Amino acid sequence: MIESVAFWALGVLAVAAGIAVFRVDSMARATYALAVSFVAVGAALLLVDLHYVGIITVLMMIMEMAIMAVYMIMFMGMNPALMPMSMVHDHRQAVVAAVGGFVLLAGGALLVPWPTRRGAPAADTTAALGEAIMGSKMLVMMTISPVMVATIVAGVVLAAPRGRYERFGDDLRRRPADDPQPGGVGR
Amino acid sequence: MTLDAVLVVAAALFSVGLYGALSQQVVVMVMMGLELMLNGVILAAGAIWWFLAPDPTGQVLLLVVIAAMTVEMAMGFAVATLLHRSRGADMTDMAADLSR
Repeated sequence: MIESVAFWALGVLAVAAGIAVFRVDSMARATYALAVSFVAVGAALLLVDLHYVGIITVLMMIMEMAIMAVYMIMFMGMNPALMPMSMVHDHRQAVVAAVGGFVLLAGGALLVPWPTRRGAPAADTTAALGEAIMGSKMLVMMTISPVMVATIVAGVVLAAPRGRYERFGDDLRRRPADDPQPGGVGR
Repeated sequence: MTLDAVLVVAAALFSVGLYGALSQQVVVMVMMGLELMLNGVILAAGAIWWFLAPDPTGQVLLLVVIAAMTVEMAMGFAVATLLHRSRGADMTDMAADLSR
């Protein structure tokens, strides 16, 4: 009973905060509304014994939203909190797609005859997850690792203002490098 | 707390995110919509894991979804930085070269 009340409170909070993301005028407020939505979902995951995934969701999303708030302030030249303006396009089509999507998904969730539960959760779900990713599911983590490294490299390459071609020319033969501020010891 | 109830909440989160991803003009706000959609996916996957097959495999799948979300955000921020640097654009409508 208490679990149901807690879930509905968290569910309503998550959806309300999600709606607030696109309703508030301030970009910073929108970012923190999204963080609240993620924290509510992370707490809801804790209700179903997903301790590790729930905590990871909360911690990761708080950090990510803090970074996102900085990006918002960096890239938005004006302060939308002081100058409210509509930043949407295709509003009507988007509402139709969202409502249609909700009806389809919620209808499916309510109408599908879900099977009964197969198996029982481990006594310690976090330990079971640890054993899985360090044992039979290690290939999954070994695949994610190079993807993460590639993401770091690609992110730096995309976001860097000057790369080796700007410094050394198209054939990479220019010496000394064309740097706005020459460094080194003058050799 | 039933599977149906959790999936309806997850559907609501996904739909709100879909609205944001389709309607927002600011690139970072579009990314917020995508995040919200993945938020619904995480909740739905967690509920299906718990109510249908509470096996560690489901938790590993959830970790993959979270990793995919991280990659999406990192690349999105990098592209947003590149767009802002190369043409001073922060709106999706200012980067519609491939839409014609």
